[in-house]
Amino acid sequence: MGTDNLNAEVVAAAVYDAIRESATILRPDFRRAIEEAREAADPKSRAEGVLGRILKNADIAAADNVPLCQDTGSVWVCLEVGEALAVPGNIFSQVNDAVARAYADGRLRMSLVRDALFDRANSGDNTPAFCELKLVEGHGATLHVLLKGGGSDNASRVVMLPPGAGAAGVRKAVLDCVREKAANACPPLVIGLGVGATFDKVAGLAKHALLRPVGASAASDEAAAFEEALLAEVNALGIGPAALGGAPTAVAVHLETAPCHIAALPVAVNMGCCAMRSASIKLV
Amino acid sequence: MAKTVSLTLPLTREAIAALEAGDEVLLSGPVYTMRDAGHERALQCLEDTGELPFGLAGATLFYAGPTPAAAGRPLGSVGPTTASRMDFATPQLFEAGIVAAIGKGKRSPAVVETCRETGSIYLCTIGGVAALLAKAVTESELVGWEDLGTEALRKLTLKDFPTYVAVDTKGQDLYRQIEQAAQ
Repeated sequence: MGTDNLNAEVVAAAVYDAIRESATILRPDFRRAIEEAREAADPKSRAEGVLGRILKNADIAAADNVPLCQDTGSVWVCLEVGEALAVPGNIFSQVNDAVARAYADGRLRMSLVRDALFDRANSGDNTPAFCELKLVEGHGATLHVLLKGGGSDNASRVVMLPPGAGAAGVRKAVLDCVREKAANACPPLVIGLGVGATFDKVAGLAKHALLRPVGASAASDEAAAFEEALLAEVNALGIGPAALGGAPTAVAVHLETAPCHIAALPVAVNMGCCAMRSASIKLV
Repeated sequence: MAKTVSLTLPLTREAIAALEAGDEVLLSGPVYTMRDAGHERALQCLEDTGELPFGLAGATLFYAGPTPAAAGRPLGSVGPTTASRMDFATPQLFEAGIVAAIGKGKRSPAVVETCRETGSIYLCTIGGVAALLAKAVTESELVGWEDLGTEALRKLTLKDFPTYVAVDTKGQDLYRQIEQAAQ
């Protein structure tokens, strides 16, 4: 297995291209889901009008090469590396440079401050990116890039449930979050749901769940059934596109689970907005 | 029954008194962008001088931080940010003369009550369609707070910009009506 493609230059170039493309092109799986929702919507309803505007927005953004959303996000990068590959220690060393160039060249919005608490001056170039290296089973290396909007991340949460809360508690945590926060997260949503691991890692499960294409199969039949039932409950809330009523409130619930401590039932909900911007690139 | 109306900015209290939660309103004329950092400064100015900054009395605010000019338009993309983050300042700004604000998402009970008391309204528009909304903006002019970058105060001129009445002057709240209807 060659590792020629696993160096700082290649990663930075892929990050640059992923930002430029995903800022302006609606993810095809998400677009299909919106098209299907529009066909199912009551003609002349407010929901149908909003869904039509989401599709029109995607057309304008692609044709004019302008951002789908004015919040062009913070840049989240995850490099998944299979067990047979060696990763140089400087693998992310050129990512911030790529982010700064992509945001300037693409005329994207600079949306980061230097320090959350002590220095809220704009960093001026949308850096730093938030990078993670993930060692996985199997071969090859895949780079994931997500431009995460502030509104949908703010509408997300981690809840540490007691194990006795069980599946019903997990469902309630998701429904509470949707009821309270969906209007801020720009529905129709993709809901990333992480269950398990530790306080910090459960949020990562939820974030990774957003990367799975809408319509792609769940991790297991059990997970698929849970996702489908929960999606129906979410849509029964009637919040709807742009939270202006009707359906759908969400086009998918994506679940990732993991082992955890006997005392724990960690749950994370990460909202993906109607301008979900991510790319997954096979590097090796 | 919800209606669709076209209104010219600046909005008069008489014109907005006729609007009801759920109405679609196409706006034409000037609005002023203000987000989190701008609200802190506006509130400070109000405390220091007793007046809104930049002569904003009578104006409509747009909770938005646009992307730079692109595609021959004054802004590449522009859309609403979450309005509840401005709840800490909105009652005072409305009492000081702001007539309306445009954003997305639910407001606090205090903001809803202030709309009723002052005869102001909260309008929402669609999040995530900022390329489409930018086509309804014909001019953009920097007014102040340039150091805030995208959060600077800008005067945008709108042309048939689509919004919905989320909280009307009677305190009727579209988001809460939709929530209750589904229960």
